[in-house]
Amino acid sequence: MSSLICPRQSLTFRARSYMAFVFTPQPPIADWLKDVDATLERSKGFFAGHPVALDLSAAGLTPPEIVQLTADLAERGIRVLGIEGIEPHDAIAALPPVLRSGRGAQEHGVEEREIPEPVSAAPSPPPAPQKQEPASLLIDSPVRSGQSVVYIEGDVTVLGSVGSGAEIIAGGSIHIYGTLRGLAMAGASGNSRARIFCHRFEGELLAIGPHYKTADEIEASLRRGPAQAWLDGNTLKITAMN
Amino acid sequence: MSEGKSGRVVVVTSGKGGVGKTTSTASLGAALAHLGEKVVVIDFDVGLRNLDLVLGAERRVVFDLINVINGVAKLPQALIKDKRLEHLFLLPASQTRDKDALTEEGVAKVIAELRTKFDWIVCDSPAGIERGATLAMRHADSAIIVTNPEVSSVRDSDRIIGLLDSKTEKAERGECVDKHLLITRYHPWRAARGEMLSIDDVLEILSIPLIGIIPESEEVLRASNVGSPVTLNAPLSAPAKAYFDATKRLKGEQIPMHIPSESRGLFNKLFGRKAA
Repeated sequence: MSSLICPRQSLTFRARSYMAFVFTPQPPIADWLKDVDATLERSKGFFAGHPVALDLSAAGLTPPEIVQLTADLAERGIRVLGIEGIEPHDAIAALPPVLRSGRGAQEHGVEEREIPEPVSAAPSPPPAPQKQEPASLLIDSPVRSGQSVVYIEGDVTVLGSVGSGAEIIAGGSIHIYGTLRGLAMAGASGNSRARIFCHRFEGELLAIGPHYKTADEIEASLRRGPAQAWLDGNTLKITAMN
Repeated sequence: MSEGKSGRVVVVTSGKGGVGKTTSTASLGAALAHLGEKVVVIDFDVGLRNLDLVLGAERRVVFDLINVINGVAKLPQALIKDKRLEHLFLLPASQTRDKDALTEEGVAKVIAELRTKFDWIVCDSPAGIERGATLAMRHADSAIIVTNPEVSSVRDSDRIIGLLDSKTEKAERGECVDKHLLITRYHPWRAARGEMLSIDDVLEILSIPLIGIIPESEEVLRASNVGSPVTLNAPLSAPAKAYFDATKRLKGEQIPMHIPSESRGLFNKLFGRKAA
């Protein structure tokens, strides 16, 4: 604009992708909210501070009902970052922004799109070999209470212990060579083959993808020994490793 | 005061309250001074100061740390010299202000000035992980993590160790604050009966080197109540000996670790039999 006194540097935008929990409410919404309450009852503050998106494709709600739903969730400490699966004309200003480019996180890291080459194009130089970044993170010190390690790109290996109140969130598997006293969430990007291994299990919560168990739900005989967790269908299984 | 020293900054911290930070600061400070080192102990617990009481200096406080930071007083005016040990000084906290009165630049300036005048600058951290605690640890070369052998204290200590590895100046320079674990309020007979975490459990969880084990003792309480650190008030008592050993280890001496055991023979036998 001509009224600007000093010329500004042009604005730069950077795209960045974030991991968010996606809720898929099913009608009747009142029952679905009860399920949410039950989950929150078991693990208070589980969603606090984490971005949450709503996939409303199965819910069939009118805009005022969606406003009500986001308010109901806000009451439970869940703040909705965005919505997908609604008609564009339903996206009224009172609603969180509509998200369109969401894709299952398991596709992360694997770029599937290919640019089709024009048939008659002049021969182009061969593409540079793709650099294979090893998708793993090695932590050679203890992870202390209150620390959070989030590595969506792949596996996390911890040589020390993971303290009570610390958390490891990995897109792939989690390997802990010390004692796990905190929380471990593997397969956070949807990889259902991810596993959790620990040399000594005294953890507070184990999760693979959306399936989790709190310490209370885990057999006491597994504590203090080496253990692994994996997904059998939709069930989180934990066994001793001997 | 002799200038030109390059003092070592030690923070005494824990996360949890009531584990014995202030008592340990006073006892270690007095022990260092007794061994001929020139020491200043600083109370960072702005608003809830205690170190002046434990050192018996509460009736001589004129200026405090906040006054120095605000430029109301010069540093030498705020330093209180101990009546018993000529090498021991106290920089008290303000009781009327709160932790927001501590500024990062102000603390940096005070610490830098104290480094030139003392061999040891011992910072008594407030409980918690907020401003007071993070500023107390900010400039530390070493940290003494005071822990009671029970789960909540140990977890809070773990949290504090994480902060020492990330929020201190040394950590930001890519270096590592020397960390020492001081276990306080250790009950030998409770440990024997499995009512507290064992020393091994605590060391396994925190995985930092042990600098001392202070047995629970009425001597410590008695000393605090008369405003004299236990290392001065009852230097031959078990806790004072443990503090002296810890002090020597802090100075780099190799002293074998002594795990306190029950000395009251009959009691020990009775409890021992019960537990068996």
